[in-house]
Amino acid sequence: MANSNDSNKAGSVEAPDLSMRGGARAGMSAPKAKPKNTMETIRRIWAYIRAYRRGLIAVLLLTFLTTALSLIAPYMLGHAVDAYIIPGRYDGLLRLGGILLAIYAGAALTSWLQQHVMVKVSQQSVQAMRRDLFARLQLLPLRYFDGKTHGELMSRTTNDIENVSGTLNQSVTQLIASVLSLAGSLAIMLYLNVWLTLLSMVTIPLVILFTKTVASRTRKNFSKQQASLGELNGFVEETVSGQKVIQIYRREQHAEAQFAEINRKLTSAGIRAQIYSGTVGPVMNMLNNASFALIAAVGGWMAFRDWTTVGVIVAFLNYSKQFQRPLSDLANQFNLVQSAVAGAERVFETIDSATEYEDAPSTKTLGAMKGKVEFHDVSFSYKADTPILSNVSLTANPGEMIALVGPTGAGKTTIINLLTRFYDIGSGRIAIDGIAINELDKDNLRSKLGIVLQDAYVFSDTIRENLRYGRLDATDAEIEAAARLANAHSFIRKLPKGYDTLLASGGSNLSQGQRQLLTIARAVLADPAILILDEATSSIDTRTEMHIQSAMRKLMEGRTSFVIAHRLSTIREADRILVIRDGGIAEQGTHDELLAREGFYYELYNSQFKRSG
Amino acid sequence: MFKLLSYLRAHWIYVLLAPLLMLLEVCMDLLQPFLMASIVDKGVMQGDLAHIRDTGLIMLGAALIGLIGGFGCTVFSSIAAQRFGADLRHDVFRKVQTFSFRNLDDLGTGSLITRLTGDITQLQTMVQMLLRIFVRSPLLAIGSIVMAVMISTKLALILAIAVPLLFIVMFLLIRATLPLFTKVQRRMDKLNTVLQENFAGIRVSKAFVRRDYENKRFNRANKDYTEAGMKAQRLVAVNMPILTMILNVSIVAVLLLGGKDAIGGSFEVGQLVAFINYVTQVLFAVSSVAMMLVRFSSAKVSADRIQEVMATESDIRSAEHPGEARIWRGEVVFDRVTFAYGQEPGQEVLRDVSFAIRPGQKTAVIGATGSGKSSLVSLIPRLYDATEGRVLVDGTDVREYELGSLRQRIGIVLQESLLFSGTIRDNIRFGKPNASEEEVIAAAQAAQAHDFIAAMKDGYDTLLGQRGINLSGGQKQRLSIARALIQQPGILILDDSTSAIDMGTESRLQAALAELMRGRTTIMIAQRISSVIDADNILVMDEGRLIAEGTHEQLLAGCELYRDIYRSQHGKEEHVYG
Repeated sequence: MANSNDSNKAGSVEAPDLSMRGGARAGMSAPKAKPKNTMETIRRIWAYIRAYRRGLIAVLLLTFLTTALSLIAPYMLGHAVDAYIIPGRYDGLLRLGGILLAIYAGAALTSWLQQHVMVKVSQQSVQAMRRDLFARLQLLPLRYFDGKTHGELMSRTTNDIENVSGTLNQSVTQLIASVLSLAGSLAIMLYLNVWLTLLSMVTIPLVILFTKTVASRTRKNFSKQQASLGELNGFVEETVSGQKVIQIYRREQHAEAQFAEINRKLTSAGIRAQIYSGTVGPVMNMLNNASFALIAAVGGWMAFRDWTTVGVIVAFLNYSKQFQRPLSDLANQFNLVQSAVAGAERVFETIDSATEYEDAPSTKTLGAMKGKVEFHDVSFSYKADTPILSNVSLTANPGEMIALVGPTGAGKTTIINLLTRFYDIGSGRIAIDGIAINELDKDNLRSKLGIVLQDAYVFSDTIRENLRYGRLDATDAEIEAAARLANAHSFIRKLPKGYDTLLASGGSNLSQGQRQLLTIARAVLADPAILILDEATSSIDTRTEMHIQSAMRKLMEGRTSFVIAHRLSTIREADRILVIRDGGIAEQGTHDELLAREGFYYELYNSQFKRSG
Repeated sequence: MFKLLSYLRAHWIYVLLAPLLMLLEVCMDLLQPFLMASIVDKGVMQGDLAHIRDTGLIMLGAALIGLIGGFGCTVFSSIAAQRFGADLRHDVFRKVQTFSFRNLDDLGTGSLITRLTGDITQLQTMVQMLLRIFVRSPLLAIGSIVMAVMISTKLALILAIAVPLLFIVMFLLIRATLPLFTKVQRRMDKLNTVLQENFAGIRVSKAFVRRDYENKRFNRANKDYTEAGMKAQRLVAVNMPILTMILNVSIVAVLLLGGKDAIGGSFEVGQLVAFINYVTQVLFAVSSVAMMLVRFSSAKVSADRIQEVMATESDIRSAEHPGEARIWRGEVVFDRVTFAYGQEPGQEVLRDVSFAIRPGQKTAVIGATGSGKSSLVSLIPRLYDATEGRVLVDGTDVREYELGSLRQRIGIVLQESLLFSGTIRDNIRFGKPNASEEEVIAAAQAAQAHDFIAAMKDGYDTLLGQRGINLSGGQKQRLSIARALIQQPGILILDDSTSAIDMGTESRLQAALAELMRGRTTIMIAQRISSVIDADNILVMDEGRLIAEGTHEQLLAGCELYRDIYRSQHGKEEHVYG
């Protein structure tokens, strides 16, 4: 009587914390997302589950058993009425009670075991999937990341995969159980009484018709509601983030009026969506009751004519319930599975993206280096029709310090992106010590370059581990020595836990200047032959700036270095200054040479420093 | 939580109708097994065909009446819940609009956004359930118990054992599961942190060729998360089998005890079957009530978070009886001002600062990060209020102005340039919604933004933000400056808002500002000495104190810190080219 399908309603509430995450998801149907190539995607999901196929076979058997046991129970109940209660045989009834109890206990055990195993299968195969996705992301070219927001990337690695996990865990077994239970009840019903079976089928076309019409409207209304909700959330996000500006410009009332309008739209869309989706429950309930009434009345009439027995009616009333519920669940479960497959497809799409190592077999490696860097006629563009660099040629001799100067967007960072092969050049040739870099193994090339970027990357771990990132086998003493050289030692020592201080995500418990010093120390530890420094430190105070300056100077000693420079003191110290303008090198030379030329650099210099004395 | 439910009062008709209609549906549902029993006992057993027919028709009718109830409940509960959410959301939003900078700092932008979106949706869903399932399950449980007792008081004793047992088991399970899910959530956060850090640092990871390291880091988090998830879900998996077992044992007990009575003739078969039906309903209703309590507790968290917003009062209020005072000269005086963001002593970011800015002067503020520069200027338009001392504008304490008129006359450009989605024109006009096209262009020209705007395909109609184009840091700063200029402020404050603008453009901007702000007061915070060199007065801040003021030459001669700053930016040599 109480079978696995009856329990769906209560069971769906069982993981309250997880279902909250989606915020608005509670009470909504799954978004309709159709996969493009279902079979192929399922095959690939299978590849992950395969390792657990023994567990899975056990789950299938257990599902089968659970369903079978819960199918037998109502039959036994009906049998009890006909064979024992009406004829008045109590010892028979007692025996049957015992058997029934055993069946129920068995069903409980198997359904628990089935879940227990399935949790492992789904969680572990999804763990592997997540691992593969992340590993592939590490291999993808920067171009891939440039086109996507962190939110998009996060959503793929968490939501999409979580969706697969949930579906594997719940929907798949439920889908199987529903189908089995549908087939099983039908068979038993036919066995019990063909006419009553036909009778309980009367409502099925109604169910299907209703589900179909309502489902499509519900979906439409839900997507309207989702769109309004999205608009509202977007507006709130923007407004609240900009709240300070709104207050400065006294636009509070204007914002409120805009909000009210969006809120109103959301409310009317929400009411429609909720009403449509909310009709399913009462209508299904009514159809169930109608079917119950028909079976009771017609069955009663048949029993009166002795064409059937009271026990059969009792059993039938239960089976017809078991028959209807899976039918309405099936559609829902199918949608869930479908949207999970679509999510998995997106994941696989990423896993299939070409890595930055695939394009050309570049196998040469750099050994002991001198550090000579040459650009010959290098041209490059991120997008086909907007050239960033055109015909750039330059030479940096071993140990030289090259300063890159010029307005924002002129292509300074691009030069560095090309040297590190974050992007590959369009035409021309870049060579280090005479070897073209596109013939070099990318990992080997990068391990020879030390890069200090302006947004210091630190991750949530101890300062020590953050520094060790520069060279994984560095000893604690080496780490400390590097920190000393980078002028970071003194501030680290002043922290309560010194080198073992845990950094918050993004290093928010350090100042920007301190983070910068850490990344310099990291580069010191890596001991690269060629250095690349992006020096923008516009919001760092003067004292820290002086520390950074002197740390950078020490770091550059004896290495070929490229510095994107903003500060005059750096620029002046450079062996050569390259003035980048409009995707080309406008001028190059030393500070004095360039001033003497009275060109663009001269102008730039004067506008900035002329009045300094 | 119940305080927030008072938002339902405005929609009381729907709030009342929904449960009443649900009651109708529940009653009709409860009638079904009862009528069915009557068919078996009076119709089949006693051979009354008419009774079977009539009762069958009554059952069908009951089903239809039930539909009216169910549908009606859906309609009214939807309306009530959605309007409840809308009203609450609007009020919270309105409240946030009144918040001072301090309130915003305390509550945090991110957190406010979640409260306005996720938390309210959560409550809205809760209300919807409250009016539907929360009503249905207890009613069904109570109704079924009543029917069961009516059929047989003796058999109902089984329920008296099963129902409390069910409650206890559910309670224990939920109590054991919740901390596990909290743990899952924490591990999930950790996993997301690793991901986010990896995406943010992907260039560094690639540059150092650290993907193995990153993989290891991720896999550790991944494994931890999976383990926690498995543990939690395995405990959840125990739930259903135990519940069904309790239910089924009860049914067998009813069958045996009731069957014995039926054999003995003191009980009828149809009634027995009906009783079993009611037992099933009671137990399922009870378990779903218990599950809802979990939901209720998580909705309570949301409710508390919203209540916190509603209970927050802005600490900056417009003067109650503002005088007729208007800013017209632009004189600013700080009179022994001390200021702290927090309450505890020792956290002062400004200590005993006094100075005067004469009308029409260009004043620069310079100093290290954390020396109090931004806090200093934020006191002028009352973004914050001084803890001690007074800030006077044109001789009147800023707290005695009408807040709107004070801010209207003071243009402040914040460090972080924040633009809104919409056209460039709308963004510039933000400072003066009714500005003419000429005014917009003039402001953009002065801010050195006109050229790059004009170079865009759609010019001033270019859409910014999500679907539009994204600007560089320097371009954003120039638009923020234009937005401040368009309201023709008597006092213009620039808080390090030219840091991303390249040197050439900045000097043109300085020249244009000097022209435009002639006769009006300009206060600017800057990092570069070159930006402050021609100021009438330079304030040098250090650790919350004003340590020196004067012109560039005076400070070079008399202020050690200023000389340090100068040297760091201009190299050691004093000799200068040009």
